[in-house]
Amino acid sequence: MAKAPALEELRVHYGPHLNYTPPGGWVGEKTTPEKLVKTHCCFCGQQCGIQLKVRDNRVIGFEPWEDFPFNRGMLCPKGVKRYLQGSHPDRLLDPLMRTADGFRQATWDEALDFTVRRLREIQEKYGRDAVAVYGGASLTTEKAYLLGKFARVALGTRHIDYNGRLCMVSAGTAYKGAFGVDRAPNPWSDIAAAEVLLTIGANIGECAPITTDYIWRARDKGARLIVADPRFTPIARNADLYLPVRPGTDLALLMAMLHVIIRDGLTDGTFIEAHTTGFEKTAESVAPWTPRRAAEVSGVAPDAIEKAAHWIGESRRAMMLHARGLEHQSKGAENCEAVIAIALATGNIGREGAGPVMVTGQGNGQGGREHGQKCDQLPGQRSLTDPAARRHVASVWGISPDDLPGPGYTAVEIMNAIHSGEIKALLSICFNPLVSLPDANFTREALEKLEFFGVIDFFLSETAAHADVVLAGSLQEEEEGVTANVEARVIHIQKAVDPPGKARRDSEIVCDLARRLGRGDYFPFHEPREIFEELRRASQGGHADYYGITYEKIDRLQGVFWPCPTLEHPGTPRLFEDGRFFHEDGKAHFMSLAWRDSGDPVDQKFPVYLTTGRVVSQYLSGTQTRRIGALVDQYPEPKVEIHPRLAAEHGIANGDWVTVTSRRAEITLQAALVRTIRPDTVFIPYHWPGGRSANRLTHRTLDPRSKIPEFKVSACRLRKAAKPEDRD
Amino acid sequence: MFGMEFYVDPSRCIGCQSCLKACEECDTHRGVSMINFDFIDREQTIATAAYVCWHCADPTCAQVCPADAIKKYEDGIVGSSLKPRCIGCSNCVLACPFGIPKLVPQYEQMMKCDMCYDRTSVGKRPMCATVCPSQALAYVTPETIAQTRREKPVNTFWFGNQKITTKVYMMAPAEAGEIAIDVADYVWEEERELVPQAF
Repeated sequence: MAKAPALEELRVHYGPHLNYTPPGGWVGEKTTPEKLVKTHCCFCGQQCGIQLKVRDNRVIGFEPWEDFPFNRGMLCPKGVKRYLQGSHPDRLLDPLMRTADGFRQATWDEALDFTVRRLREIQEKYGRDAVAVYGGASLTTEKAYLLGKFARVALGTRHIDYNGRLCMVSAGTAYKGAFGVDRAPNPWSDIAAAEVLLTIGANIGECAPITTDYIWRARDKGARLIVADPRFTPIARNADLYLPVRPGTDLALLMAMLHVIIRDGLTDGTFIEAHTTGFEKTAESVAPWTPRRAAEVSGVAPDAIEKAAHWIGESRRAMMLHARGLEHQSKGAENCEAVIAIALATGNIGREGAGPVMVTGQGNGQGGREHGQKCDQLPGQRSLTDPAARRHVASVWGISPDDLPGPGYTAVEIMNAIHSGEIKALLSICFNPLVSLPDANFTREALEKLEFFGVIDFFLSETAAHADVVLAGSLQEEEEGVTANVEARVIHIQKAVDPPGKARRDSEIVCDLARRLGRGDYFPFHEPREIFEELRRASQGGHADYYGITYEKIDRLQGVFWPCPTLEHPGTPRLFEDGRFFHEDGKAHFMSLAWRDSGDPVDQKFPVYLTTGRVVSQYLSGTQTRRIGALVDQYPEPKVEIHPRLAAEHGIANGDWVTVTSRRAEITLQAALVRTIRPDTVFIPYHWPGGRSANRLTHRTLDPRSKIPEFKVSACRLRKAAKPEDRD
Repeated sequence: MFGMEFYVDPSRCIGCQSCLKACEECDTHRGVSMINFDFIDREQTIATAAYVCWHCADPTCAQVCPADAIKKYEDGIVGSSLKPRCIGCSNCVLACPFGIPKLVPQYEQMMKCDMCYDRTSVGKRPMCATVCPSQALAYVTPETIAQTRREKPVNTFWFGNQKITTKVYMMAPAEAGEIAIDVADYVWEEERELVPQAF
């Protein structure tokens, strides 16, 4: 599409407006619910249990769900206020079609027929792979599965990927390589049973808030907490050891820890011998990484590295929690492999309170990456290049394996190919790349080059403003399904209400598009339950085996941990208890580790590290949470966190406007002076668009294997500035 | 809820403000939050503190109320001001040593935490303590606290020469005795009770 319409015009109609008040008001008779629906929060991979209050087909409030074992009623502010989206004034109630200066309401027939006509025209003119599909990890597993099938069977394109590419793929690559399966090996209850906890690149308090309780419970029982982060995050205040690692140097820190563990004989030789391969090569790769050398690279004191290594190495119940801080790097996969190597070398895996775990970020970050919306994957965590996997899935789908496209581009590569003109059309759901991809100006240029852009969404996101057609879709609570939470517990998302106005359930929209593309026979679904039944069969025999899971079983057991191969199987809360891993040889594989620099190194012109992340009251690109008044009030505008020492060098005082310039762009924000960040680093949360977008500054360097962007390490410089004209 | 007590532990607080948001969802005062929340000094520290009304055994707010609008119930809960009686004079706001009561202009009335009376009286936990992701605010039995926490509950506070005993407990280091915030409380001046020091 051409450029997006003028923003001011769009804002009047589509927001973001701030919704403060529940439908029916705060008080009065309309505040009494007709029913309470037990379901889960839509924000973040914790997937906390919550009860939604429903009246007149509207969600009017919430009640804690104290019986759900994962969060036992606990909720972060996003969970508390999530109910304000459904009846939000910005909700899209009809399909929209682009006009010269904005959008107009359209009928479903008009919008869907136009979409299908344009997709067909472009595929006929440029080939099938000229169309790409973007999915998202906030979708239910049914929707994610459906989308993968839609891209490959209805469109026949190989280019489908999802916003989990910005989230879990480094961890996924590492766990798959080391263990043969992409999942946190331990249930969360293990955290409370650990003796030593290392959180590295994981801002638990703000990004996985209720996990804090698990960590505090471990501490109550005497566990020691090690926090490695460039920022003194909220949980760091109770750390027994804080490691102020320089952005992008976690690998040096971890290699030195493994170096100490090996040097001081803290390895579990029996476990290594019996259950792993490749240890010698890994040991060799960390041999040069003395604590002293790692200290010079990472800025963590040699003594502190020694102490952390000893605490972990001397414990039989050590857990390592890592998240995007570790994984959003051009060596994100290696970073995770280093954490895994420490766990394997010390035999800390496969037991209660022992193991490395990834802290999944997005709502269905786990389930959304298991069943085929990743560019290289088929349902059940099967490889798209594995002939047996292709045969199995093709038979479930009723197609020939030869008609199944091969692996396509990853999310950032798709945007690159749009920019270069190779991909001409994009169909996107649950993704706001203009805010969430790195180098936002590049993303905007790419979107402007699309010959056709169709979006399924419930709000008009900044990205959707570039679309030719916007198909009014559904919120999480408007369609039944399942998700898998951070611990791979498959849980039941209940439908609480119907989509408002003429908005439709997402799966209905995708199936309707497939029908209009002439592929309706392969998409006969009326209800998500039917999709789930097919998904169970498609995943059967794969690593993420859902065959033994039903909606009823989930309700009965309060979630079922996959793999669950038969209806009688109780599910698998903890992996590898028998010492067997998912590789064919049954062993865990050590990966050799090699240091390399960031893709956007600091130098004299750009001497300061920039790192990005979340705040507790906002979620991802903010499409949803920037519309909820109470959440916006909590943290209204992005601020740049600067240490007073660095600020003094630039004459910056607290609240001053500061221009942050990277090799790509500059943005101007207010300074928040804090002693809780390294003096060589600034931090900007990334939830905002336009001139407040941290991702205008970030770069498109990818981890060569996981293809995750290096959001956590950019180079920048600072200068004091005047207040920009576009700010309130 | 029978047998439950309220415990506040600022050392667990992660500053997420879930309590603040959840409080206004409570049915007796929907739309108005009664949680007191502070960033201690954000430039220096990430430390934050969220707290509820301490529900004093001998509530200063009720003592100074000229309209007799603040009642202490049999179970020790000190209610928010009674709407027909409160004259909005702010005596309680000024007198409370913990700084809890707030005059809510839209209602011309003092409002404060009533320990979710609508919830606790029917066997539910208060909204804030139910949702709190770090359990810095906890509503559990004394046995649970004794079994699970390293810190020790304290409910005697000193403000100047005023000794206050509260229904709500502050979690303090295991060796701590009573909590005083004023050096004067530790200074011997004459024959009077001093704060017992554990350190």
